[in-house]
Amino acid sequence: MDVLYFAWVRERIGLPKERIETNAATVSDLVAELSAREERYAAAFSDLSALRVALDQELSDFDAPLSGVREVAFFPPMTGG
Amino acid sequence: MRIAVQEQEFDLGAEANAFAAGDNANGAIVTFTGVVRDLASGDLDVMEIEHYPGMTERALTKIAQEAQMRWSLGDVLVIHRHGRLAPGDRIMMVATASPHRKDAFEAAEYLMDYLKSRAPFWKKEITTSGADWVAAKDEDEDALTRW
Repeated sequence: MDVLYFAWVRERIGLPKERIETNAATVSDLVAELSAREERYAAAFSDLSALRVALDQELSDFDAPLSGVREVAFFPPMTGG
Repeated sequence: MRIAVQEQEFDLGAEANAFAAGDNANGAIVTFTGVVRDLASGDLDVMEIEHYPGMTERALTKIAQEAQMRWSLGDVLVIHRHGRLAPGDRIMMVATASPHRKDAFEAAEYLMDYLKSRAPFWKKEITTSGADWVAAKDEDEDALTRW
């Protein structure tokens, strides 16, 4: 699946988008998998209350299942307007 | 309904006139415009607005459709810019047309409340001394509970 990062999450991880092969069942599982991979991910995901997640461009939550999902995006709370 | 997510400037007067043109059924048109505000210290150089192409348009469309279901609206317009803006630049506008003003005002407020915290935009303030992401405010999230 494609994993996208925006705003300071993108800056902390160091890239806007990457393709990840994973068997993670939920968003939380994916977060744990990425955090275990490298420190920069662990740093970006250290406080999930400061993050939001979208699955296939719809806002979702961290216990949502990933089955069938093609695009996951992590970002801070939005500041439009 | 028109949703535009764009980097380039927009002409507020031209947009408002085009929105109102040829519409005899709607007696009330409300427009709201958001402008880049300088910091209290007066040293904001650039406001950089990042967004999530694809999701942004979907989220704005969904918010506008919800407004159309809740209020009697003849039309809805949302324009939101992204990229590098300077203090005084217009960031975004919404316009609502309705037979009566209460619906037009309320729907415009609803659109603003939702696009502040449910449309995937992020603002970064760049000054001579550095750059900071604008944090979301609790009051913006709280504002959604009134709807």
